[in-house]
Amino acid sequence: MKFAILVNEGPYQHQAADTAFNFTKAALEKGHEIVRVFFYHDGVNNGTRLTTPPQDDRNIVNLWSELAKEHDLDLVVCVAAAQRRGIVDEDEAKRHGKDANNIAEGFRISGLGQLIEMGIKADRLMAFGD
Amino acid sequence: MSDAAKKFMYVNRRAPYGTVYALEGLEVVLIGAAFDQDVCMAFIDDGVFQLKKGQDTKDSNMKNFSPTYRALGDYEVTKLYVDKESLEQRGLGEDDLMDLTYEDEDDDYNEKPSIRIVSRDELADLMEQQDVILNY
Amino acid sequence: MLHTINKSPFEKNSLDTCLRLAKPGSEILLLEDGVYAAVKGTAVEQKMVQALGDYTVYALGPDLKARGIEEDRLIDGVEVVGYDGFVDLAANSDRVQSWL
Repeated sequence: MKFAILVNEGPYQHQAADTAFNFTKAALEKGHEIVRVFFYHDGVNNGTRLTTPPQDDRNIVNLWSELAKEHDLDLVVCVAAAQRRGIVDEDEAKRHGKDANNIAEGFRISGLGQLIEMGIKADRLMAFGD
Repeated sequence: MSDAAKKFMYVNRRAPYGTVYALEGLEVVLIGAAFDQDVCMAFIDDGVFQLKKGQDTKDSNMKNFSPTYRALGDYEVTKLYVDKESLEQRGLGEDDLMDLTYEDEDDDYNEKPSIRIVSRDELADLMEQQDVILNY
Repeated sequence: MLHTINKSPFEKNSLDTCLRLAKPGSEILLLEDGVYAAVKGTAVEQKMVQALGDYTVYALGPDLKARGIEEDRLIDGVEVVGYDGFVDLAANSDRVQSWL
């Protein structure tokens, strides 16, 4: 079965990011396909590589990056939500004259159309948020 | 609309301004309109406050996005279901809501109301008919 | 149809709205702070016992454990599932509504 995952909250602030990650991992382990993981609202904060949690805590950003690498996942950060919250990749940084970018490995920035598209392509869309 | 169109329901349960969910939720609806799916919106709990008439953010320095709801008809988002009980619980009636309309292309472009006040049973039935339900 | 609730019933009205709008025969999964609704002896117990007549109610085990809720404290009839069970519930339902 094809699942699409929507993550609407940032890591640490709300458990939604952890739940979404655990669900995604369990679905993959059961042999399901993950069409895409889309990060919206404060969920875009899952995609900044500048995240530095204390050493005795999980690093949610790295967990996503590693899972994406292992399973070739498509992790998409919404561009409009990302711009509001200061998540940028190299292209976005250039376009808006910013002096740095902070997108984490395995994530890409794209439009909201990717959210609708994954809803069309997947058998089930799972929303995780506050 | 193609036969392969999926039924999308956007469920709004948050008031505007206090959090960003209503505004960013509306952005999804507008982008989604380009995908030619069978779309409707549901306003439940505090979501009904999004449709309140007379929103004015001048003095709070926030972006007033309430005019965008008026444009939904042009985007062919013409089914806005409002939960009757949520309205009543909040002391609101249909007259308190914005006057939202669309032009019905199947009926000589007559202007028709987009807002439909529905009972809990109607809303429950509508939910069961959807393929994708998105919540804000 | 699967409904998920991730809010404490003592803080938000997600449980009430879900119970009002979910059709009998649906599945309800309590997760995150939603699991507090599954516990015996609370102010919402009666509501949950009644709901168990209309719905199959599940609680996410890892979230119960994280909050120190032992399974013998759960209202009779509430079934405990893990993330794999959550995936199965979603896969076996025609659609999912998360009462965020």
